[in-house]
Amino acid sequence: MSTTDQTVRHGKEAADKVDGVPTGEDRVAIPGMSQEGEVLQEGRNQAGEPEIKHTKHGDISGVPDSSRAGRFSSYKVEEFPKLTSKLEDWRFTPLKRLKGLDETELTGAAPAVEVVSGEGQVTVTTVGRDDARIGKAGIPEDRVSANAWSAFSEATVISVPANVEADQPLLVDINGSSMDPAAQHIVIETGANSSALVVLRHRGQAVLSQNVEFQVGEGSKLTVVSIQEWDDNSVHASAQQAKIQRDGSLKHVLISLGGDLVRVTPSTRFAAQGGNVEMYGLTFVDEGQHLESRLFVDHSQPRCRSRVTYKSALQGENAHGVWVGDVLIRAEAEGTDTYELNRNLILNDGPRMDSVPNLEIETGLIAGAGHASTTGQLDDEHLYYLMSRGIPEEDARRLVVRGFLFEIIQQIGVESIEEQLRNSVEEELARHEN
Amino acid sequence: MSVLEIKDLHASVILDDETTKPILKGVNLTINSGEVHAIMGPNGSGKSTLASTIAGHPKFQVDSGSVTLDGQNVLEMSVDERARAGLFLAMQYPVEIPGVTTSNFLRSAKTAIDGEAPSLRTWTKDMKASMEKLKIDPAMIQRNVNEGFSGGEKKRHEILQLELLRPKIALLDETDSGLDVDALKVVSEGVNRALTEQNTGIMLITHYTRILRYIKPQFVHVFADGRIVDEGGPELADRLEEEGYDRYMSVAK
Ligand SMILES: Nc1ncnc2c1ncn2[C@@H]1O[C@H](COP(=O)(O)OP(=O)(O)O)[C@@H](O)[C@H]1O
Ligand SMILES: [Mg+2]
Repeated sequence: MSTTDQTVRHGKEAADKVDGVPTGEDRVAIPGMSQEGEVLQEGRNQAGEPEIKHTKHGDISGVPDSSRAGRFSSYKVEEFPKLTSKLEDWRFTPLKRLKGLDETELTGAAPAVEVVSGEGQVTVTTVGRDDARIGKAGIPEDRVSANAWSAFSEATVISVPANVEADQPLLVDINGSSMDPAAQHIVIETGANSSALVVLRHRGQAVLSQNVEFQVGEGSKLTVVSIQEWDDNSVHASAQQAKIQRDGSLKHVLISLGGDLVRVTPSTRFAAQGGNVEMYGLTFVDEGQHLESRLFVDHSQPRCRSRVTYKSALQGENAHGVWVGDVLIRAEAEGTDTYELNRNLILNDGPRMDSVPNLEIETGLIAGAGHASTTGQLDDEHLYYLMSRGIPEEDARRLVVRGFLFEIIQQIGVESIEEQLRNSVEEELARHEN
Repeated sequence: MSVLEIKDLHASVILDDETTKPILKGVNLTINSGEVHAIMGPNGSGKSTLASTIAGHPKFQVDSGSVTLDGQNVLEMSVDERARAGLFLAMQYPVEIPGVTTSNFLRSAKTAIDGEAPSLRTWTKDMKASMEKLKIDPAMIQRNVNEGFSGGEKKRHEILQLELLRPKIALLDETDSGLDVDALKVVSEGVNRALTEQNTGIMLITHYTRILRYIKPQFVHVFADGRIVDEGGPELADRLEEEGYDRYMSVAK
């Protein structure tokens, strides 16, 4: 069992700026897992623990990896160093299992993009790499992402016109059928004051490096669900970069279930004030799988809000889960309100989970900031209570585990997809009779 | 007719460092269907340990003695088997279970105890009726088990389960603590219904005599230092109310 829970609040007006959302310890009740609450003093770090860094103006230049603020970015693959496990960004990833995504030219056929339903108000088009809509959300931040950027020839652009409130979710299947290393580029853009829900469901066989952009227009609301349900041998690196315009909001739900190695790096940037992002994640890591989620929220604008809730369940030998949550509050991001939470449930002996929340704060004038991370097994007291009502142990475990996991699936808001994912989770659980 | 027989029960709590500490020091008690046995004693005397040991909590280890329900060895059963055999423990501190709705929990428990899923119509009707009688907010069943429930709501929820699961013998561990007079009446009525309508045998663990105004015990047992040190009828409770436990504390040591 390991637990961290840190909350920082600054500023006299903090309390009324939180918008009714408590930011203290009370909102991080972790099911069945004990926790210690702690309020950090300015400038205090815990050795060896996930940390909150307080950086002053000007301190952050230079050393690229010491702060997310200084992370290198480029469209050119050759400008990134070769991957080694010494790089902070790659230290948990089994590089050999990338099957060349970092080194070889990505000339394989990209997985097929197939619209299942919901096209109409929302359009889906295939465009060339010189299309003006490409590249607005962000610049590649790692070698694998840059490699895909160099290689893609066509991109899929999903557009929601201004003022359109799409009444149907757009369901898009991304079907892989080849193990040749490939690149893919997808753009989702929402016009001002529009709203839409887009589901990207990845399946089949692939060795894929992917760049996905979310360009969230002024006052618009975008929900994106990215589901990774690849076949067992697939490899997928997905850099999902969002840029949110003034008063825009993004709900990002990441579900990683299948694949040999899946590494998703969602990042959110704000182009203007008033933006809101909710990032949810659910990973189910099975025997031998490496499922990694590294997210970044870059608060560079005043009065934006972010909420991050990631959960994972792990079972079996060499199941390896990684969650890294970088949140940066820059000096100019006054009035920021942020909270990130990671909970991991280890279902049996064998798995390994690395959970690293990392909050950097460069201004004292924020509404609230905190994070918590918990990794542990099922709580015996929960099982005892259920069993004392006649429920057999296996059923009791099932009830508790499902309760834990389904909370994220419920965020999707499309019943057919939710049901299908619940069934997928059931299948995963059944493998180890949980 | 059912009977729970506890004979010369010795049990220890398993501490975090895996050493054990003896708590129960030879408990003898027989509870028949339809009887109410009040177990009264000072804090720390081992009342909850007795209830938890009978229910099979993994933190407690039986050192010697026996517990049988209708002749069946309870101590050999797993926690869920004990419940399915007809034992029920209303807990002193019910835990919160995030992500599991009360409605799902109750239906799962009922299905497990009965060995088959209840017919939807009767089940919904029974549940509504019981909740109404216990003055439980109908919205509660959509909330997660005990999550955010007030102390009183948690206790009512325990008694709701008592009514719905229809055990042969129920152990009620300080169900009265933390309840105001109105809630105490409502909860006591629930227990009395189980008594008269289902002929449940009841072990009523309490620190105070207050609940005995509403639930009438035929037998009162005084518990101190891990065993029963005195027994009598309802009049014993009246005496305890006046004199307290001091007398027994010195006897026990
Ligand atoms: N989990 C535990 N760890 C350590 N000691 C315990 C534990 N549970 C009970 N005890 C000890 O056992 C004794 C009896 O406790 P308990 O059965 O709760 O008494 P009662 O219910 O009569 O107040 C007390 O001394 C208490 O400290
Ligand atoms: Mg007690």
